[in-house]
Amino acid sequence: MKKILLIGATSAIVEATARIWAKEHHSLYLVARNESRLQTIAADLKIRGAHSVYTQVMDLNNIENHQSLIDTAIQTMGALDIVLIGHGSLGDQKAGEKDFNIALKELNTNAISVLSLLTYLGNYFESLQKGTIAVISSVAGDRGRESNYIYGTAKAAVSTFAQGLRQRLHKSNVHVLTIKPGFVDTPMTSKFKKGFLWSSPEVVAHTIYKSIEKGRNVIYVPWFWYGIMMITRMITEELFKRRSL
Amino acid sequence: MIMELSGWGRYPKIDAQVNQPSTLEQCQSLIQSSTLIARGLGRSYGDSSLSTYILDTRYLNHFISFDESLGLLKCEAGVVLQDIIHHFVPRGWFLAVTPGTGFVSVGGAIASDVHGKNHHSVGTFTEHITEIELLLGTGERVTTSRNKLPELFHATCGGMGLTGVILSATLMLKPITSSFIKETIIKVPDLDELLNAFANHKNTTYSVAWIDCLAKGKNLGRSLLMLGEHCETSHYQMQRKKVFSIPSLPIGVINKLSIRTFNSIYYAKTPHERTQTTSLERFFYPLDQIHNWNRLYGKAGFVQYQCVIPYSSGEKGLRDLLELIESSGNGSFLAVLKVLGPTNDNYLSFPLEGYTLAIDFKITPSLFRFLKSLDTIVLNFGGRLYLTKDARMSETTFKEGYPKWEAFEEIRAQYGAMGKFASMQSKRLGLL
Repeated sequence: MKKILLIGATSAIVEATARIWAKEHHSLYLVARNESRLQTIAADLKIRGAHSVYTQVMDLNNIENHQSLIDTAIQTMGALDIVLIGHGSLGDQKAGEKDFNIALKELNTNAISVLSLLTYLGNYFESLQKGTIAVISSVAGDRGRESNYIYGTAKAAVSTFAQGLRQRLHKSNVHVLTIKPGFVDTPMTSKFKKGFLWSSPEVVAHTIYKSIEKGRNVIYVPWFWYGIMMITRMITEELFKRRSL
Repeated sequence: MIMELSGWGRYPKIDAQVNQPSTLEQCQSLIQSSTLIARGLGRSYGDSSLSTYILDTRYLNHFISFDESLGLLKCEAGVVLQDIIHHFVPRGWFLAVTPGTGFVSVGGAIASDVHGKNHHSVGTFTEHITEIELLLGTGERVTTSRNKLPELFHATCGGMGLTGVILSATLMLKPITSSFIKETIIKVPDLDELLNAFANHKNTTYSVAWIDCLAKGKNLGRSLLMLGEHCETSHYQMQRKKVFSIPSLPIGVINKLSIRTFNSIYYAKTPHERTQTTSLERFFYPLDQIHNWNRLYGKAGFVQYQCVIPYSSGEKGLRDLLELIESSGNGSFLAVLKVLGPTNDNYLSFPLEGYTLAIDFKITPSLFRFLKSLDTIVLNFGGRLYLTKDARMSETTFKEGYPKWEAFEEIRAQYGAMGKFASMQSKRLGLL
């Protein structure tokens, strides 16, 4: 039985991953902001086979609470084996362009709070000399685009931070996994028209689960996003700035 | 999000504003702002789950509680039957009633009051539901059961989502002795023999017949009768099967020649009688391994015609229907005949004690006129059509087949459903 901390447990991808772990009878510690949804999910995971399910309601933007959050989780479960960080929001790009306070809020949620968690968790696992930190970034962080560069900036920060952390923690036998999903059909993206590039939270969850087992470093999900982003990154800035991608 | 949607038959299609609430509050605000219909996986065939505004229940997909001693499972309406099967079969529990696909939501199964291969012995899906939580048109959440607001319960079971949004339900699961089925397939040369065989096996738990609807004359009604019982091996295991997916086809591959060939080979290759041990998935959900099989009919789509004819006049009615279908040359691989048990107290549930026949028809210019002539036969024999499969019946056909429709409307009025919950189908059928 593994002891797993899930941050942003009401997000569709994190919840779908939790269902896989529940089926394998692991012990789960769920953190999210919405209490009633958190309770619904906790009850569901228990029925699906989780050994035990603990919950904590928290607004992760309050980074001063992060250390105590992690301490409590460790105390409650005895230790941690795996952490999956997947909270986030897809803010209003246009509003953020006009008012930096809105952009700042977005950066706090999607970047700063994640970097803070990674710091504390990194230190915990470093002292433990084992464990896995999996963090959900995005393909949006691979190249800045007109349509969502605020979100993209936050995700780029997460990817880069995780990259450095991976190198540092490798010496301590700690595995850091960066997950870069493409388009995923979740409540966060409910306003978008869906096409063939879209995938489901279940598919992404399955890949995350497998990649943690295999000790992968950076994954694009589904896999074809690796190719799409490789080409996207190769386009020269001269050409890229003239396109609306 | 605006998207083009259809039912499983891919006819008709509609541009719908789809919302996918995750909380009760979101459901309430959707109901307040527009007339809508709830939709699960969209596996009803026609226009039952179509409307300009749709409340998609995909994120209301949580188990709420499970009482291991009684097998009582409470879950949200968007939970998919396949999900229940995958989690509870290995623990020795199965759905008391299952339709022919696992890709149906609990809410959809209740709204359609689906039946299965054991209808003759245990009735419909909702006969094993003890309680439903319903969100009314007024925004109020109520709990309804056979003892609590019973008339609302009986209107909601089989009520096509027209009484409110089903939020959650409590299902009575059934204990099983194995995840394997002892299946017997009997080859039957004609209709008389088939009906006799059904009668002889009325104590068998599961029974259904695949019928060759292109056979004629003395072969009319030739069939394969499939019977099943749960094995007693105490062995529980779900098989993870590879699934195929049918790609989008510009034209359908189902036509008179392909059907005739398939039906003849399928019938001929089956020995007279054979018993085998089959996995539960294979026995109950043979088509779930082929994703998007509805694409086989091409872009125009298809309708499934499912009627029931009361027992007393059943043989004659079936003969008339089969003759007309054979002579028209329409019809398909998937023609299924089954004996149904007694009707229940729900206002719009489909089953009547008698025979039900279900056949797929590819949409062609002359199809709807032809189906009207089938309607006439069905009504003449006191039968009716299954709302969940329907995309085209007239208001008169509906009202004649479902005499309790007026009482159903009164209950809807009483609970604030009128003008709040509507589908393309309910409008066509003259429900307010």
